[in-house]
Amino acid sequence: MAKIISLEQAAQLVPDGATVMIGGFMGCGNPHTLVDALLARGVKDLTIIAADAGKTGYGLGRLVDDHRAKKLIVSHVGLNPNVAKQMNEGTLEVTLIPQGTLAECIHAGGAGLGGVLTPTGLGTTVAEGKQTLTIRGKEYLVEEALHAEIALICGCWVDRLGNVWYKGSTKNFNQLMAMAADLVICEADHIVEPGSIKPENVATPGIFVDYIVQGRGEPQ
Amino acid sequence: MDRNETKSFIATRAAMELRDGDVVNLGIGIPTRVAGHIPEGVHVTLHAENGIVGVGPRPVPAEERPYYTVDAGGVPAKAVKGGCYIDSLTSFALARGGHLDITILGTLEVDEKGSIANWIIPGVKVPGMGGAMDLLAGAKRVIIAMTHTTHGGGIKIRKRCTLPLTAVGVAQRIITEMAVIDVTPKGLVLVEHNPEYTVEQIQAVTEPKLHISPDLKPMEMPWVESTGI
Repeated sequence: MAKIISLEQAAQLVPDGATVMIGGFMGCGNPHTLVDALLARGVKDLTIIAADAGKTGYGLGRLVDDHRAKKLIVSHVGLNPNVAKQMNEGTLEVTLIPQGTLAECIHAGGAGLGGVLTPTGLGTTVAEGKQTLTIRGKEYLVEEALHAEIALICGCWVDRLGNVWYKGSTKNFNQLMAMAADLVICEADHIVEPGSIKPENVATPGIFVDYIVQGRGEPQ
Repeated sequence: MDRNETKSFIATRAAMELRDGDVVNLGIGIPTRVAGHIPEGVHVTLHAENGIVGVGPRPVPAEERPYYTVDAGGVPAKAVKGGCYIDSLTSFALARGGHLDITILGTLEVDEKGSIANWIIPGVKVPGMGGAMDLLAGAKRVIIAMTHTTHGGGIKIRKRCTLPLTAVGVAQRIITEMAVIDVTPKGLVLVEHNPEYTVEQIQAVTEPKLHISPDLKPMEMPWVESTGI
């Protein structure tokens, strides 16, 4: 069952050098308050698996800005110029994965699958060094599942059992990452009582969430 | 036409590719403008790959809420009435799985086989492919909407792409301010031309040889009032 902990306690659960999945897309749906806590703790050498490197000064982009990552596994880095800068300086390694493949590989990592077969990236540099398989006459690329030590996700309403309801377009990668890590910490814009979220509106079942932290929510 | 008018012109012509009922993904740049030029009577569902089915008009500044909802460009967005928000797995299943009728996108280069290169300029710019490779892997129709040459006059329509590919052999039609060109098994076919340019002028900025369609016609230019998207 999920346990509510402080931001400081949550930051202590993320060791230096950890592989961390962070939910969100271009900052939307990022666990912004957990990012604050990680920065405050002085975390370093993270391998971050996320949709993108975010924007400078916003969301998980701030971890990159502040040199807290040694490696990014993402689909897009174009809106954070610090990525190119740090790559050129040799302090940041970046693996680019097509965003749909990234989603499927994270899903596979949480679903007990070894990987996925996808046509995405065939004939491009993405396919270099990877196995292909032909199924019913069609060629597919073999992409291996992704798993992380820790997933940091964010929901708008999170009940005390860890059940999550996502607002707007923030489901994005949060819902997938909740299944693909050894330890899942969910930032809640609002912590609510069980039953406050109707069962049919729970997008992430509480059984996937280990810890809940109170986030600062939408800036006023 | 100045550069802004040129972009709107291309977007207007590209919008004529949309059919009533289509599920549509629009790329960044000129393709984004297509939404503002959809012909009357054509109703489409716009898809944003970060997780919106039924993207609505941009929220007005007073109601912008980037905290909870953005489009695929990361700017504030909202769904239309009857639209919905989905997770990234579902969103790319929609794209890759053949549920997307058409994607209209810009590119750095496109070649006579319909291969597209638009995600990286090695050593210069490495933004990443984002969702482009998945969209191209599954969309039923792939339309390129772009200026015919680079800002500096460089060739973008090539025999073979010189930049790393985004997808192989997927583009079906190329729409520019000069022409509409179809990608066919026998090569590129000029099907429409802007009457302001001669066939020779178009060929001069297109690397592969253009086959001239027997039905070559002037580009239709029904100027539709932009809705500001």
